[in-house]
Amino acid sequence: MQPDLTMRNGESVPAHLVPVLDFESLRTFLVGEVRGGGRLAALFGLPGLPGAGGAVRVLAVVARDGAGILRPVVSEVGDRYPALTPDIPQAHLFERELSEQFGVIPVGHPRLKPVRYHTPGTFNPAAPAAPRPLPADTDFFRVEGDEVHEVAVGPIHAGVIEPGHFRFQCHGETVFHLEIALGFQHRGIEAALEGGLVGPLAAGGQGFGRIPHFIATAAGDTTIGHTLAWCRIMESLSGTTVPERAGLFRLIALELERLANHTGDLGALAGDVAYLPTMSFCGRLRGDFLNMTALLCGNRFGRGLVVPGGVAFDADAARLAELRGRFESTFRDVEGAADLLFETPSVRARFEHTGEISRDTATALGLVGPAARACGIARDVRVDHPFGAYRRLAARAASWPSGDVYARAFVRRQEIRESARLIRAAIDALVALDALPQGDIRQGEPDSWPRPLAPESLAVSLVEGWRGEICHVALTDAQGGVVRYKMIDPSFHNWEGLAMALRGRAISDFPLCNKSFNLSYCGHDL
Amino acid sequence: MLRAALERLSQKRRTVAFPDGAPNLPDRLRGLPVIDAAKCPAACLAAPACAAACPMGAMRPGLGVGGTPLIDLGKCLYCTDCMAACPTGAITFGRDYRLAVRKREHLHFRGEALRLAEALEKRTRKLFGRSLKLRQVSAGGCNACEADLNVLTTIVFDLGRFGIDFVASPRHADGLMITGPVPENMREALRKCYDATPDPKIVIASGACAISGGPFAGLPESHDGADAVVPVDLYIPGCPPHPITALDGMLRLLGRI
Repeated sequence: MQPDLTMRNGESVPAHLVPVLDFESLRTFLVGEVRGGGRLAALFGLPGLPGAGGAVRVLAVVARDGAGILRPVVSEVGDRYPALTPDIPQAHLFERELSEQFGVIPVGHPRLKPVRYHTPGTFNPAAPAAPRPLPADTDFFRVEGDEVHEVAVGPIHAGVIEPGHFRFQCHGETVFHLEIALGFQHRGIEAALEGGLVGPLAAGGQGFGRIPHFIATAAGDTTIGHTLAWCRIMESLSGTTVPERAGLFRLIALELERLANHTGDLGALAGDVAYLPTMSFCGRLRGDFLNMTALLCGNRFGRGLVVPGGVAFDADAARLAELRGRFESTFRDVEGAADLLFETPSVRARFEHTGEISRDTATALGLVGPAARACGIARDVRVDHPFGAYRRLAARAASWPSGDVYARAFVRRQEIRESARLIRAAIDALVALDALPQGDIRQGEPDSWPRPLAPESLAVSLVEGWRGEICHVALTDAQGGVVRYKMIDPSFHNWEGLAMALRGRAISDFPLCNKSFNLSYCGHDL
Repeated sequence: MLRAALERLSQKRRTVAFPDGAPNLPDRLRGLPVIDAAKCPAACLAAPACAAACPMGAMRPGLGVGGTPLIDLGKCLYCTDCMAACPTGAITFGRDYRLAVRKREHLHFRGEALRLAEALEKRTRKLFGRSLKLRQVSAGGCNACEADLNVLTTIVFDLGRFGIDFVASPRHADGLMITGPVPENMREALRKCYDATPDPKIVIASGACAISGGPFAGLPESHDGADAVVPVDLYIPGCPPHPITALDGMLRLLGRI
């Protein structure tokens, strides 16, 4: 029987409607979906059902980007099961995570290693005890040969950047293989969220306690993106509609976050090829975008701006005018800085054909965000699964086919322009709305939150953050308590893309390739 | 080349006047919290709503001026939950960006003047006063603190004009700038980095996580801040600290403010 439950982005459904398949049917279903243009947005473990013999279950959410639908399915896996990865490469890290969190063995997984190097099996009381290695203390894939050498970098890097460990197998300058070991940033967010909405961590504050702070710091440069995904889960499960005014502010905040980071990335890419004018300009301009977020809420990263039910800060006509004025002047300078970068032949020569990945590789690995769009795959949650104000102010997905550093830079450049268009449209719409009474920025009084959540339900929320698709999934129990909260940062999908981009390249290209992806360590490690 | 020069002219000089001039801060900046004791009814002081609302447990009733709650600025995330919970509007977050101190207990803010960071001792100040090279270590930092330290090296803040610089190796460094709550998986790496930095050295903890563990305080994977692993000479509160707050702290440490 074909599972027939489909969901939309931000929808919640009664958990009993989610099709339960035996494992081989799950495999057949997933292989068919992936072959037919579907993509694994999420695949993670659930504790076994209460009662005797409750085996670990796995929940998969397939995203059909073209059709704008999501298809969740559940299956039992038991202690061991035949791995999906050989048939579905994009399941590789999900299965490693499942194995690490629940102590189950995906038999036949080509590279079964921990992901975050926490105590194995923490999510499954029945998991067998196993030793906890430190990241980078485990074996690495090795290339053997007289002239092959290994280069190890990290966890602490040369710049002001988060920790990770990179192991290169090289022949002379040429990289045969790069393996990336992360986990140094693991703070245990997912475990803390388990049951957190009714637990002691939820005490105090606006009733959510520390939870908004865990979400906001999952990846600090994506504060708005992750907070928005979480808020939409809370709204979906409590049946809350967000006021139109709040939706427009959310769009502005998310696009400002994208602009700040894309602008910073263009500057950093310029710096990595020693083109200093654009580096200097963009370093300043990135901060100007952060200051626009601070104009709205007082914090440069948008902490506390997006809240369940809407936003916490309003802006009157004068503030909107100030925002618009600053935005136009900053955007003009970004255009100038980007023009210089892309018109300089020595820059193009370094960007073009560096760190290429093919469209096939990107599809197989399930890359998301600018990294995927730079391989000609125009997937963008704002377009494929539109949410909030994006339903009204339709976004357009950027793309470029060449799959190299140039493409990843150029896609950002296109997206900067698109973000500018959306922000202008949103400010226009807000000004037009201004006739409405002020203060309609949050559904209900602040003390009406947290609201009761629908019991035994599944909610899925996708948001296009600046790095790509952010996916949050929540499952509630009979009392409406959150029993499993899964958050997937775009970096989780994309780190392997960086490893593939280095294949056959000179090791000296690594900094440039790395910057062209600019992935999150803490978003991956959680 | 000509276009780059024209663009440079068009984008103008952008370095802030700080510390010689006042910093340009957002009007909604959440700086030093202020409690107006006159607005606190006695019944509320006994069981303050603000302290109960703080998700971090950063407020301790009765220990501040006039029986107001003490605020631990090292735990505070400047999230304004306390402000929202206050029935009389007694608590606000001011625009005072000066928050950095030398000792952890100086962050226990009672409502009196904050004991801002004093300059380094004479000998270390002689060594570092005109050239301070720092190694930044992110130990579980969420990349917000890191990003707002990185921004200090841009033309806007131009850290280099004070002789302060971030360097690539602990061997080249006079000290460490630590962010993040120090998760278990980074503890050893941080320790090794500290040991690899030649003496004498200083350590700066930037952000709520590096000071107290921030939101991760008490979680099994967290060591609740840098001073669990290494001695700290300067604490810069915030989530994340505004770049001006961090710069102000560093300049105070070097006796430049």
